[in-house]
Amino acid sequence: MFRKPETVGWKLIAALIAAPTLLPLTASLGSFTRLDAELWSHLSEYVLPQVLPTTLILLFGVSLGVSLLGTALAVLVTLFEFPGRRFFSWALLLPLAMPAYVLATVFVGSLDYAGGVATFLREHGVMLPELRNTFGAAIVLIAALYPYVYLVVRSSLATQGARVLEAARGMGLTPAQAVLRVALPLSAPAILGGTLLAAMETLADFGTVAAFNVDTLTSAIYKAWFALFSVDAALQLAGVLLIVVVVLLMLQNRVHAARRTTQSGPPAMRLRLAPIGAALAVLACTLVLLLCFAAPALQLVIWSARHLADVNAQLLGSATNSVLLGVIAALLIAFLAVMLGYAARRSSSRTVQWATRTATLGYALPGALLAVGLFVPMAALVRHVNEALGWSLLLQGGLVLMLLAYAVRFTAVAHAPVQAGLSRIKPSLDEAARLAGITGVAQIVRVHLPLLRPGLAAACALVFVDVMKEMPITLMTRPFGWDTLAVRIFELTSEGEWQRAALPAIAIVIAGLVPVWWLVRHLDDGIAGARDIRGSST
Amino acid sequence: MSRVLLPLLLLLCSSAAYAEGLTVYSARIEDLIQPIFKRYTDETGVPIRFITDKEGPLLQRLQAEGASTPADILLTVDAGNLWQASHLKMLQPIDSKVLQANIPEHLRDPGNTWFGMSIRARTIVYHTGRVKPAQLSTYEALATPAWKNKVCMRTSKKVYNQSLVAMMWVELGAARTEEIVRGWVSNFAAAPFASDNEVMDAIVAGRCDVGLVNTYYYGRMVRDKPELPIKLFFPNQSKAKGQLAGVHVNVSGAGVTTHAKNRDGAVKFLEWLSAREAQALFGGMNLEFPANASVAPDAITANWGSFRQDPINLAEAGKHQADAVKLMDRAGWK
Repeated sequence: MFRKPETVGWKLIAALIAAPTLLPLTASLGSFTRLDAELWSHLSEYVLPQVLPTTLILLFGVSLGVSLLGTALAVLVTLFEFPGRRFFSWALLLPLAMPAYVLATVFVGSLDYAGGVATFLREHGVMLPELRNTFGAAIVLIAALYPYVYLVVRSSLATQGARVLEAARGMGLTPAQAVLRVALPLSAPAILGGTLLAAMETLADFGTVAAFNVDTLTSAIYKAWFALFSVDAALQLAGVLLIVVVVLLMLQNRVHAARRTTQSGPPAMRLRLAPIGAALAVLACTLVLLLCFAAPALQLVIWSARHLADVNAQLLGSATNSVLLGVIAALLIAFLAVMLGYAARRSSSRTVQWATRTATLGYALPGALLAVGLFVPMAALVRHVNEALGWSLLLQGGLVLMLLAYAVRFTAVAHAPVQAGLSRIKPSLDEAARLAGITGVAQIVRVHLPLLRPGLAAACALVFVDVMKEMPITLMTRPFGWDTLAVRIFELTSEGEWQRAALPAIAIVIAGLVPVWWLVRHLDDGIAGARDIRGSST
Repeated sequence: MSRVLLPLLLLLCSSAAYAEGLTVYSARIEDLIQPIFKRYTDETGVPIRFITDKEGPLLQRLQAEGASTPADILLTVDAGNLWQASHLKMLQPIDSKVLQANIPEHLRDPGNTWFGMSIRARTIVYHTGRVKPAQLSTYEALATPAWKNKVCMRTSKKVYNQSLVAMMWVELGAARTEEIVRGWVSNFAAAPFASDNEVMDAIVAGRCDVGLVNTYYYGRMVRDKPELPIKLFFPNQSKAKGQLAGVHVNVSGAGVTTHAKNRDGAVKFLEWLSAREAQALFGGMNLEFPANASVAPDAITANWGSFRQDPINLAEAGKHQADAVKLMDRAGWK
């Protein structure tokens, strides 16, 4: 068994990583001592009865949609061979780079009654249904968030899928049976991990539902705060939201407990689809890519073409800042996620379990509330230090504060793929390495990291694009005069200049393409597609 | 413990000191303040640094920083949030003859903690082909059955609608206001929209005939496409009883923070901002009206015609904003 000191160390590491998240959680809990009975009677009579069902329907719809779409596409590109597979394999990740709030605006702007597409169709006798409702918001969120599931499941299947499928086929199962009975159950933790990310993002989303004027729990939080001037009520509503998240996390835990582990081995052949199947596969991938990425991107290009004068030093500066932040945050947060994953691997204590759960909660909190929940207690601390010591410190120095806040928000994003990767490395491998004298850090670096590479690459890419898209934390913690692309979008859209915002949005998408491309290289390198790469490089 | 915490804290901090300069927390966006600040710095040599964010987070931040705040000035795009800041004692009274002379009484705080700097009028926009101006009269009239299925509105979550309803609450009473708001809601031709632009798009596309928008959104839209069949109408000009006393206006305005390090510099800047030259620039850049009544609006906005503003003090809208929001919730205005 493991030695005790090591376990204590891991417990401490996990607790440290989770600690900053406790600030906003404590703020939410603390707010319940200041209940405003009159305000709550209004909220419970006129607000909650509307927003709670909407939130749950949206949550269920998006979760179902992303898990089906993401898994189906991942199965298609990892286990089967069809024309264009290599292209679709990475191209299907592209919607990841498109912020959901941008997609929502494009969607409403072209498909609502007054929009270009809707007007064209109406003139030709086709009346589109009303889309500014929960259904429309769910469609956009599915389109924007399915890549989370696709990416995680894809890396899970890439390390094991084809080989398992081959074995299952050897035992006489049809391809469909092999996928449903063998490959998918093996990927259950990955499917669930990706879906949970999408669910948390849906709960925290404000921009998309605002574009559709759909009221969710998060809209109610902002209403209480901005319109009813009650931060306390906002924090209390956030407490309600956190309960939903904790329930989701517990559900996930149940499935994780029942997970199976295997190890990756030599690559296997993908199954070649018959012509009809191949045609359907191409059609499905093309449609998804067209609707979730190509068409909205084209609309953005058309809009930004009218504002090319905005391509200036300021835009380039914002882009540089965005990329810089994204890269540093990705590396830092992936590292934290690995530490958290190892803590859970080495110590099954309750401390570590709770620390892991706590550290991943930040992703489900509405961004502005999380920003304030972190900033306010720290600013208060700085104020006390200033008063006690006669200093004049300002809680706003360089990028450290921003990175800390990003870590609280995005640890969950990195944790899911890393955890899925770790769960496939059998504990017996650790024992074998230990017997061979490889322990501690050396074991991680020499034995685990090579196996973890797909998960790590996914973690870095997800955090990078998420940081690029992030608004409220960036707004609150950035140094004076420091803009990012997302801040530019915020500035323009807050005065209703959506078309001018298309340019920074395009810049975010383009910057997001780089990690997606890099990620795919890493995912395929050394795993299922190894022979192609080795073949071409020698 | 403090030996560990202090260095950690230092890592997150910088010095708050900003000698001779001004620090502004602004909910008005960079593009609409940067040129003003630059002009001021060019004229006076006083550098200005700023951060932009939404009002809610900015207020929380000011409150948390307390005496440590680097902010000298808070700038917002509506009176409700200025009222809230003042209510939370985050703004200090400024006894300035210049500001009192330049800014009309109804556009500044009775306690002199904040001052409107540009006017954002919320008025009726209509389709020129389907509505004759003679059919239009007041905000209140849009609640009558004649406008069934003809009205488009932005969401009640937007502060401009909240302050309009709050003013009605003040001038017409809660019961009458709720009756009017319910009338509007029952006349909606479509679910409320996320932006003023969408309201105008819907009118142009024929989904509805009238709506309420801030004038500068209209100004921007027809500047790009002058051929659009929409026009502004300024309601409530008759001074009759039982209706708002004029066109509802809100302000983009500013106040000096309670813990301003450079109070005198902040007051000087606000005085400069309220005077002729800055007024033309500040409002004009965004097609808003100058708050200073002695400054003529620019050519585009002047072209829409002059109108009587509702003369009731805007602080009242701030005071009753929460009531207005609850009222709109009850009336089912999403």
